[in-house]
Amino acid sequence: MSAVVKPCLDIRSLSAVLPNGQRVLRSVSLSVQPGEVRALVGESGAGKTMIGKAVLGVLPTSVRIVEGDMLLEGEDLGRLQPKARRTLIGARTALIPQDPLTALNPSRRIGPQMTDRLVRILGWSGQRAETRIRQLLDEVQIRDPDRVTKSYPHELSGGMRQRVLIAAAFAAEPRLIVADEPTTALDVTVQKQILRLIAQLQREHGTAILFVTHDLGVVAKISQKVSVLYAGKVVEEAETADLFAAPQHPYTRALMAATPRYTDPFASLKPVDEAVLAGLAAEIAAADQAWRRPHG
Amino acid sequence: MDEARISRHGSGARLWLAGGWLLLALLAAIFAPLVAPQDPLAQDLMFERLPPFWMSGSEPGFWLGTDSLGRDLLSRLVFGARIAFIVAFAAALAACLVGSTLGLIAGYFGGWADRIISRIVDVWMAFPPVLFAILLVAVLGTGLSSVIIAIAVIDWTRFCRVIRAETMGQARMDYVENARIAGYGRIGIMLREVLPNVVPSIVALLSLEMGIAVIVEAILSFVNLSISTDDPTWGGIIAEGRLSIHQAWWVLVFPLVTLILTVLSFSQFGEALKARFDPVLR
Repeated sequence: MSAVVKPCLDIRSLSAVLPNGQRVLRSVSLSVQPGEVRALVGESGAGKTMIGKAVLGVLPTSVRIVEGDMLLEGEDLGRLQPKARRTLIGARTALIPQDPLTALNPSRRIGPQMTDRLVRILGWSGQRAETRIRQLLDEVQIRDPDRVTKSYPHELSGGMRQRVLIAAAFAAEPRLIVADEPTTALDVTVQKQILRLIAQLQREHGTAILFVTHDLGVVAKISQKVSVLYAGKVVEEAETADLFAAPQHPYTRALMAATPRYTDPFASLKPVDEAVLAGLAAEIAAADQAWRRPHG
Repeated sequence: MDEARISRHGSGARLWLAGGWLLLALLAAIFAPLVAPQDPLAQDLMFERLPPFWMSGSEPGFWLGTDSLGRDLLSRLVFGARIAFIVAFAAALAACLVGSTLGLIAGYFGGWADRIISRIVDVWMAFPPVLFAILLVAVLGTGLSSVIIAIAVIDWTRFCRVIRAETMGQARMDYVENARIAGYGRIGIMLREVLPNVVPSIVALLSLEMGIAVIVEAILSFVNLSISTDDPTWGGIIAEGRLSIHQAWWVLVFPLVTLILTVLSFSQFGEALKARFDPVLR
């Protein structure tokens, strides 16, 4: 990969605060190259999902971005008018959500929900959008597309719904997909299939993915690069293979030590080492103080 | 799938019983001049306080007996249904329109819109409803439109509260976020994505509200603050029946039973409709 390739997503020292002034993202920088899978790993509350939402422009209204830039294929999202930004995000990105139960509108049939966006954002004809959706449903191994597109969401199983959402995400050929813990809400057996499916479609379509997860096992399977997040701060980033071979940051090491192992199913679950967390907390407090001085 | 079937059948009997009574009452109201056996206003002192048809001393043609002025009770009930239904539909629709719109806005946009609307609702609900209605009618003057306006003005808060809560629940769902990513505007999402999901609740409430409107109209008639003309109303008949309860119990009991059946049917009909048409419950 040459260095001149424009990154698909480039986040530069992004900080966001809550109304009470607490920082939820602390100068986050990360980039995703075209066609690359970048895992974003951390505990719950670490700000993984927040980064995904920031990229897609759907942060909760209470969270305010106070500094930093986000570039989507070289275009600075912060400089665009809201409408142009929506259109750009709608055309070039997609979301594979965490919970397939709530990600589909319960009162609308699957088919129109899937074609909606192709027609609206890309301006396709209904016919063309429908053909495209068929093709994608086939790719996610749904055998009876007729029944599925005519169904309401509650008539499909969780795994089926997640397949539908994956198909919908890839349908518009986005350059970047944010996958927000796409397997967390599913059965363990279904998780594996869905993960394999995402990996396969990612390879075939060459889509870059920002893969949000708390599962290091998933990270190892699917990603090329990893950013480890703690309290809204990137504590380590590395090639996936390197990270697992030689984690540099004490927090990364502690996180790996806390991962349950299948080789010893009877070992009790270990929390992340407290000494490490105390060190991190001090580090973050110091950084916040330094950050506040120029920012008032 | 089986469970869904059972719940559908469970709502079936309710739906048909309640709907049947409402349809019967509605048809009677619409075709009152054809259905009523007598003129509801015709007084006949020869026939005062006739008992209903199965008791001795009853007269053919006066099925439910007569009141103390000799007016036919059944005919008065049938004509009273006209007022009851006009008030039920008009007042409930007006309350629904105002309340649901404000509830949708408060629930979906949150923030200041929600704070302002919710405070208004809180203040509104602190007023005792019946006294509020009497006060309003006193200010607006008696008459059909005053009664309708009074009920709508009092009861929009019911819609506002429920629809606000429902909308908030829906607005948190990921499909709303998905629609935003797909480029829909806020108002577009509110109307296209959220509104269809709260419609079942709106329908159920609307039906419930119709029943409540019937009761409030009856209360206003009972205290003689409803319509000022001689047209019979259920509340008015009950008020008259109260005076002659010892001589002619039927003048009180039949309108009460009619009122109760109608109000009960409205609430049950709404619930059954919701159960049938809500895709998630279905």
